[in-house]
Amino acid sequence: MFEFTRRKATGLIGAGLAAFSVAPAQALALDNASAKKLVDALVGEINKIIASGKSENAMYGDFKRVFAKYGDTSYIAAYAMGNDGRRASASQKKNFSNAFETYIARKYGSRFREFIGGRLEVQSVRPVKSWFEVKTTAYLRGESPFTVTFLVSNRTGRDKFFNMFIEGINLLLTERTEIGAMIDKRGGNIDKMIADLK
Amino acid sequence: MGILANISTKIVRRAFFPLIAALALFVAGCTTPGPGHVAGDVFDPYEKSNRKIHELNKTLDKELIRPVGVAYTKIVPDDLENSVGHFASNLSLPGVVVNNVLQGNVEGAFRNSMRFLFNSTLGFAGLFDVAGDFGIDEIQGDFGQTLYVWGVPEGAYREFPLRGPSTERASAGRIVDLFTNPLGYILPSPEKYIGTGANVASIVGDRGRYAATVDSVLYDSADSYSTARGFYLQNRRFELGDGDAAEEIDPFDLNTEGF
Repeated sequence: MFEFTRRKATGLIGAGLAAFSVAPAQALALDNASAKKLVDALVGEINKIIASGKSENAMYGDFKRVFAKYGDTSYIAAYAMGNDGRRASASQKKNFSNAFETYIARKYGSRFREFIGGRLEVQSVRPVKSWFEVKTTAYLRGESPFTVTFLVSNRTGRDKFFNMFIEGINLLLTERTEIGAMIDKRGGNIDKMIADLK
Repeated sequence: MGILANISTKIVRRAFFPLIAALALFVAGCTTPGPGHVAGDVFDPYEKSNRKIHELNKTLDKELIRPVGVAYTKIVPDDLENSVGHFASNLSLPGVVVNNVLQGNVEGAFRNSMRFLFNSTLGFAGLFDVAGDFGIDEIQGDFGQTLYVWGVPEGAYREFPLRGPSTERASAGRIVDLFTNPLGYILPSPEKYIGTGANVASIVGDRGRYAATVDSVLYDSADSYSTARGFYLQNRRFELGDGDAAEEIDPFDLNTEGF
């Protein structure tokens, strides 16, 4: 049933930001360096949270803070809401952004324990259109290595990641599907969807 | 190229070409999207019947496969569970090599042949992944992938009872792969079912091992059918190298005002 091969499944599990230490820096072109630096710093912060040994609830708060610091959260929220965003009011957008950050921190944060003892190695950085693609390999204990890719842009004026792929699975697209389905299930009611995200 | 790959090629020539020819006819019947369909989008003309099968699969999972998988993972020690997985995967390797060869992937055929040789000998009939410890990881290969390399279109998305998500091209490949493994012709009858058994055990075991992940797709998402479909298609295309996942809409183009 839903025959996830080991590699696929680990990829899916990887649908968190991953708790890894980053391998020594490779020689990279100067304009790629800042994109890599962002991913390195992000991974470092997540490792610290997991190593802190705090309660799960305290960790969710920390994850949310890291997500807001390193992620282009307004872009991610706008993308996740998709076409429904066009008819959303200003306050609905604001409430959604906030609820969505909590939801992401809880959804992915609850899986971080699976990454204890693992590591993430930056393989390559390349420019794509107006952003950078940072390809990394995730090594988890007892699993085959798999690919995690971060997309980084300076749209906001600072380098932030705005999407992530785990073995090809697009985080933004997955969340847009989920939010869209939640709104449909609630008869198109955006407020109800926001209330249920929290 | 490994000796095995050569043997495989011969077997392929003798036994499979008529079959492949027949299959090509079958695949020619793959549904193709009409004009106006954007490449990389989901093509799901059978959504209605797929959804019915999806509900059936969820019921089967809830009542049978999940409980068995979770119990299996709990009862069987991790090392033994890993060995069952390695054993099943090792026995499937000759079939993978055949597909590497059919795709003209010399490096893949060589690496997988080395894996098979190392793991079948030093790895005690494949119970241990010695090759993996040396950094010789498996290069994937299946007949659905071979069809992709040969230029056959993906076809419509399908969900099958028990097997779950697939596409017309991938499912045609699965049927052919029932015959692509040379071991199926070499191993005597009772022995070859050990491999099948190990394979089933490994699939069920993975259901238990990755319970949190699979549960999040099947039971925690608002529309598990769409989520499973998205995961499958994106992951499959990524493995095939079909399309560039990085071809995003430009983050500078989206209106983020208010968010």
